[in-house]
Amino acid sequence: MASTKSRQLERKKLLADPVMMFAIILVMAFLLLFVVYPLFTILTQSFETDYPNTLISQSQRITSRVRDGALKDSPFYRLANNCNAYATEFKKGAERRDTIRMAELGELIETDFALIHEDRALTEHFLSLLNASFSEDATPLGENALLDIVNQLKVAYENIGETHFTLEVYLSLFTNRRFLKVVGNTLLLGAISGLCSTLIGFLFAYVDTYVRTRMRGIFKVISMLPIVSPPFVLSLSMIMIFGRKGLITYHLLGIKNANIYGMHGILIVQILTFFPVAYLMLKGLLGNIDPSLEESARNMGASRWRVFRDVTLPLLLPGLGNAFLVSFIESVADFTNPIMIGGDFNTLAAYIYMQISNFDTRSSSGMAVILLTISMVLFVIMKYVLERRSVATLTGKASRMRMQIEDASVRIPTTLLCSLVGVFVIAMYAMVPVGACFKLWGKDFSFTLRHFANVFGRDTKPFVDSLYLSLTAAVITSVLSMIIAYLIVKKRFLGKRFMEFSTMFAMAVPGTVLGISLLRGYITGIFRSGFMVLVGTSAIIIIAFVVRSLPIGTRSAVAALNQIDKSIEESAYDLGAGSVKVFTSVTLPLISDSFFSSLVSTFARSITATSAVIFLISARFQLITPQIMTVVDRGQYSIACAYATLMMFIVYFAIALMNILVNSMKRSRRVKELKAEA
Amino acid sequence: MSNVKKGVRLQGVSKIYLDPKTSKPFRAVDSIDLDIKPGDFVTLLGPSGCGKTTTLRMIAGFESPDEGEIYLGDEAINALPPNKRDTAMVFQSYALFPHLNIFDNVAYGLKLRGLPKSEVRSKVFDMLKLVGLEGMENRYTNQLSGGQQQRVALARALIVEPGVLLFDEPLSNLDAKLRVYMRTEIRRIQQQFGITAIYVTHDQSEAMSISDQIIIMDKGIIAQMGTPQEIYHSPASEFVADFIGEANFLKVKLEEVGQEHSTVSLDGIRFPAKKPAASIAPGGSCTLMLRPEGVRLADTGILPCRVVLSCFMGSYQNYHVMVGETLVRLEDAHPVGRRVYKEGDQVYLDFSPVDTHLM
Repeated sequence: MASTKSRQLERKKLLADPVMMFAIILVMAFLLLFVVYPLFTILTQSFETDYPNTLISQSQRITSRVRDGALKDSPFYRLANNCNAYATEFKKGAERRDTIRMAELGELIETDFALIHEDRALTEHFLSLLNASFSEDATPLGENALLDIVNQLKVAYENIGETHFTLEVYLSLFTNRRFLKVVGNTLLLGAISGLCSTLIGFLFAYVDTYVRTRMRGIFKVISMLPIVSPPFVLSLSMIMIFGRKGLITYHLLGIKNANIYGMHGILIVQILTFFPVAYLMLKGLLGNIDPSLEESARNMGASRWRVFRDVTLPLLLPGLGNAFLVSFIESVADFTNPIMIGGDFNTLAAYIYMQISNFDTRSSSGMAVILLTISMVLFVIMKYVLERRSVATLTGKASRMRMQIEDASVRIPTTLLCSLVGVFVIAMYAMVPVGACFKLWGKDFSFTLRHFANVFGRDTKPFVDSLYLSLTAAVITSVLSMIIAYLIVKKRFLGKRFMEFSTMFAMAVPGTVLGISLLRGYITGIFRSGFMVLVGTSAIIIIAFVVRSLPIGTRSAVAALNQIDKSIEESAYDLGAGSVKVFTSVTLPLISDSFFSSLVSTFARSITATSAVIFLISARFQLITPQIMTVVDRGQYSIACAYATLMMFIVYFAIALMNILVNSMKRSRRVKELKAEA
Repeated sequence: MSNVKKGVRLQGVSKIYLDPKTSKPFRAVDSIDLDIKPGDFVTLLGPSGCGKTTTLRMIAGFESPDEGEIYLGDEAINALPPNKRDTAMVFQSYALFPHLNIFDNVAYGLKLRGLPKSEVRSKVFDMLKLVGLEGMENRYTNQLSGGQQQRVALARALIVEPGVLLFDEPLSNLDAKLRVYMRTEIRRIQQQFGITAIYVTHDQSEAMSISDQIIIMDKGIIAQMGTPQEIYHSPASEFVADFIGEANFLKVKLEEVGQEHSTVSLDGIRFPAKKPAASIAPGGSCTLMLRPEGVRLADTGILPCRVVLSCFMGSYQNYHVMVGETLVRLEDAHPVGRRVYKEGDQVYLDFSPVDTHLM
């Protein structure tokens, strides 16, 4: 009963504001269509029967065993063959299938079912011949197994146009040893990669905040590099330096069989890619620890080591856990590095990509759901367990500047360690532009700029498309995330929780899962209706970019909005401005910084994105990252380097441009202020 | 100025919040009735959490009432959003737009109303002159002092000529001296425009000096409404008496009510006092209120007492005395040339009937 009237009044006020209503509906529609619906699609698909595919896979269990020509007259072989043909025809779709042929096949199939059913001797005869011709086969096909296949064919044939609920997909995935190994690999890799990234990131953050050092310039470069480069550049330089024909392994050390492919390769690359993120996170937290806490411990007689152990570390523990989980999630979602440098070591994200060509939609959906579940569990732990605790321990700002450690026994080893890692990382990134300048990496090390010319001369389409799609996505994401943040922070309406959750939830969705679910959701239109067939259009690529960057833009805009005293907007309302006017004349100017940073970060993330869009590209729209992967696949490392170099340059240029823009805006304001003072 | 000043009427207005911990409903404002006449300066005064700001925000439209109806002039405005209400508010934090300069801040409301540029300009300059900010129009808010920001906020609200001007503790961020100066400024400008003003504060001296009417609020209800003099001299309850100024309370028995004054008794001592409100019947017990500045210590007088604290405060001598078991505080203004009593002295409290109040 409480506050029902006020709620009604609030609703009335909101309804009287058509633009706000429109904005809410628009955002809701976007989230429902492009976040909830696609994920829902793969979830339902993974629990659905797929009879055409059952027909094909079960019939292949018979046909693949038959080598003896004499057996081809057997009703079992005939049945399997016809079922296969029937299902293949069925899968062509309602308009394109040959109904006359299907009717013929159906008659033949039914005859054979009847034949097998009536004559038991047929089964024994078939099996004896089959197993005789296949003596080397360790496990001969038993009678029960054969009848089971026939039974499954029968069910599938009779229900071919329908779908039912089934746990079959998960049962078969969880009994598949190869798949379980892949899941194990993914988790193991994520845990080790998360742990090492956190430790190295912590070392850098500690040195940055606590130790007197002149290396902060390098730190800044290191934290910038992963942002401007596509996710797989380190794999590329890893192969070029330590691969079979690697600069160090082959040419310097003369090792013939250097093998960088495998878990150790992925680990090195992932750690070097993710630790800067952990570094930035932990640096922010360390900066928030009030130095007087540690000073008071020192004051009471604790040694520097005791202070670190008793004060700093416990305060930072939730933050360390957070950094670990972020790296873990990144590692689980990483797709390109395992593809490029994984060798036989498969991880889930890459495995799904390789399995997708098998046309078994259900089990790839099931695998995507499992991958999503892993990320989600990690995300939920991070969001709801750790983040709360870190707020509880690190309240308030540092009251003073920290006295930095000058003690040589601390300074020299830590600085040395950081420099080693730092120099290695920078050298790895430097390999990319360097590698682009040689004729044929690994064989002919003569200098050339031909590759750059080739990249432009041969085919500019991937560049043009990438730029166009990323820029469009950047604009849409920034506008949308400002609107979402505004609605979440400033408005009260039905479904606000849902809006907040589904926006942020997109952060936990690995690119591979997003790509697959958009593909499945829109390949034959929404709900397979033929309406909104987005696959193959530019729209679906832009949508993938937007969904991936939306959480980041929204988070920064929410933070910016929370900084604004709510009475500033209220005063604008009070003076007669409507919601839209308040948003455009007061709110937006005040969060313009966050708008621009979202513009750039979306652009950078989109142009370097690989996993989400690799399922969605088509001949009509090509992107740079898949192009680079193709080139790497062919062993043309120098060309790949040329592409990657140009890409890093473009992103860096975009960031620099934005900084100049924002600074000039600030400067013009300062000039006006000075004029006013005069 | 051509503004039509408007009255404000609240009819049984309540605001109910859910306590976030116990999720029980909590009545922040509890069915209050108010009738503010056009052109009046009315102050909502009360301790923090009494519902005064919530009431103001409901009038402005930032909160919606759960019960009752709010009228601006003759119009029921419950369903109107803030931007459609003829009110303008001066916020505690000033809420100036940091991305606009002073001119644009003040001009904001006029531009929304689509006034021609030349008219906006002349009005803004007139207004800045009125609040004493000539020549500051190109500055940004971060280049102004607190007092100057306060004037900008006032100018920005006034310029749209609202039917009602709302103030939400506008002076609480200023230092003491500036506060006193600004409140006389606000009063001056309000009188000059003849505008209806509703002012929220928890500072009693601010409320006394500025208002035509004061509304004392406590726990969501109106404890008393009246002129500053009525509130101070004839508080309706101990809460009001204690909240406005200092007050001493003595439990007495009402003996009889005469033509001029009444007679009360305390521990068998009978003495005259002001006539009580009609609700108190002779023969019953009631509370006698004495203001610290309305009582004197003397060698002979009405009530015998013992001095427990005597402290020189500069402009006055501060005494605490015990009347029986009750502590009474009093202030002897300008005690030069008079006898100063010490702790332990047995003396008398002396006061005249007009300095008393029965409730």
